[in-house]
Amino acid sequence: MLAAVRAALTTYVPVLPFVVFALFPYYHMAVTSLKADAELYNPLKNPLWIQDGATLDHYRVLVRETLFSRWYLNTFAVSAIATVASVIIGLLAAYALARLRFPGVGPFGVAIFVTYLVPPSLLFLPLAIVVNHLGLSDSVWSLVVTYPTFLVPFNTWLLMGYLRTIPRELEECAMIDGASRIQAMRRIILPLALPGVLSAAIFSFTLSWNEFLYALVFMGSGHMKTIPVGTVNDLIRADVFQWGPLMAAAVLGSVPVAVVYTFFVDHYVSGMTAGAVKG
Amino acid sequence: MAEVIYDHVTKRFDSVVAVNDLTLEVEDGEFLVLVGPSGCGKTTALRCLAGLEEVTSGDIVIGDRVVTHIPPKDRDIAMVFQNYALYPHMTVYDNMAFGLKLRKVPKQEIDRRVKEAAEILGIQDLLNRKPRQLSGGQRQRVALGRAIVREPQVFLMDEPLSNLDAKLRVQTRGELIKLQRRLGVTTIYVTHDQVEAMTMGHRIAVMNQGVLQQLDTPENLYDRPANLFVATFIGSPAMNIFPAQVVGGDGTVQLVAGDVKLEAPPSHRNRLADYVGREVLVGIRPEDLEVVAGNPESEGGDTVRLPVELIEPLGAETLVHLRGPAGTLIAQGEPRIHLDPGDVVTIRVRKDHLHTFDPQTELALF
Repeated sequence: MLAAVRAALTTYVPVLPFVVFALFPYYHMAVTSLKADAELYNPLKNPLWIQDGATLDHYRVLVRETLFSRWYLNTFAVSAIATVASVIIGLLAAYALARLRFPGVGPFGVAIFVTYLVPPSLLFLPLAIVVNHLGLSDSVWSLVVTYPTFLVPFNTWLLMGYLRTIPRELEECAMIDGASRIQAMRRIILPLALPGVLSAAIFSFTLSWNEFLYALVFMGSGHMKTIPVGTVNDLIRADVFQWGPLMAAAVLGSVPVAVVYTFFVDHYVSGMTAGAVKG
Repeated sequence: MAEVIYDHVTKRFDSVVAVNDLTLEVEDGEFLVLVGPSGCGKTTALRCLAGLEEVTSGDIVIGDRVVTHIPPKDRDIAMVFQNYALYPHMTVYDNMAFGLKLRKVPKQEIDRRVKEAAEILGIQDLLNRKPRQLSGGQRQRVALGRAIVREPQVFLMDEPLSNLDAKLRVQTRGELIKLQRRLGVTTIYVTHDQVEAMTMGHRIAVMNQGVLQQLDTPENLYDRPANLFVATFIGSPAMNIFPAQVVGGDGTVQLVAGDVKLEAPPSHRNRLADYVGREVLVGIRPEDLEVVAGNPESEGGDTVRLPVELIEPLGAETLVHLRGPAGTLIAQGEPRIHLDPGDVVTIRVRKDHLHTFDPQTELALF
């Protein structure tokens, strides 16, 4: 009993301020999205509490008067496809860089990292030309092909670190046992690298989901928008912020990412630390 | 089962020559041990045979096939790694069955072979466990089992006992020998432990700095080392080595080192004849230096008197460190011998077991 109390005091109490700090914006967002406009814009009311009753009006506005559900679909499609593609490419690249011996393997790894450092605000101009040339403007494919420019380098580096922690002998043994390199990779390395792969996938998904600049530049028209661009474009008119629907969009928009994190949090942590220590 | 041939195999890593012109024939069913200090190229030689390293030049033959450029999976070999390399996400059964599944062996056949191997190794009860639930010794058995079920032409073992504790190592060593004799599969075994090498191998290949020093039976390696490296590497405590002047005259040849004069046995006279007036390196194993009790009358050509520096009682024997003509000599004395540092003792040299080496080439003189 005493031990349990002590454990609670030493574990949860110190964590509490951090939890409050981390969850406060989310709480504020949720509270604001549920307030009626009258209360929301009254400066005398407590901004952190709902005093005059909750309402789903803002959500209704969002769904009925904007193309929010379409944006949602766009964002989901782009994020999912870009994530799957980037993780597969990143895994293969990381495997090659971590395991194969070929001339220039070191500089090649560094070069991939350097491309990750080129800021998107610089890269979107040439990418716009490429996207136009490919005839992909105003389609989800414009983002599916551009997001990997920052996702693949990141995944490659994360997974390189992770693959290096898996003993080489395992796959050598598999190859002596009768596996080709691809079989050894699929049946031995991949199951063992799963935490790393999941980390990479979660991270890629989050980055794609929240991405703003490329989505703004490449998907201009009304129904071809992602959530971040759509909400900013349609819910902020000049200097008028429609705080209620904005917050409602933010709440709905953060749900998939929150779900993904909660589901894979254990894997995510082990993946991050494994990569961090040995990377 | 098959013979294995290394035909002038060289493996270079950039500028480092890991294996230098290795030529070696392993007979069908033989247990061959590759031994040498760390970095001598023994593991690289094994990995070349496994196909995990591409050879720089030369050929490797398994059975009647040249396998130099064949991928590991098609060489029909099984390997036991030092860290066992068990697949952590598979059960013991699946670990053992993995290679057979890849080769599309029928299910019943896989089951039969895995159960049979498990019985030989006494791991029937562990088949459903994951590697992390096993002790070191059990893991080692699973790794062996995984090799056995494959029924390969050649077993390759890379220091498979070095991660076990001393007691288990001795026990497993014996089991491994019996297993190999029973299965009769050609086995190539890498170790840095010369006791393992001496006890396990039909023949031993001693390597140093990528070069094969000597390939012979354990007895010959011990009794007739080809060069200074083999002489000092095999045997513990190591062979005593000291320089001596060869002095000849009226039909006798003497080896003179400081105050010590040894008359060369007749068997050595011919080979030492060319070295009269020059220096050679003399080698004598500790057990061939006998500590003589008391003070014998005859101090003939085969005894010397030397002061004691240090006594090391090991139980079954006592190592007596003596101040020799050029550095310390170690003699292997009786257990419970009573000596003190500073005592001068009489040592009888078993001259038939004397070794002599050329000081320049370090080759043994025969």
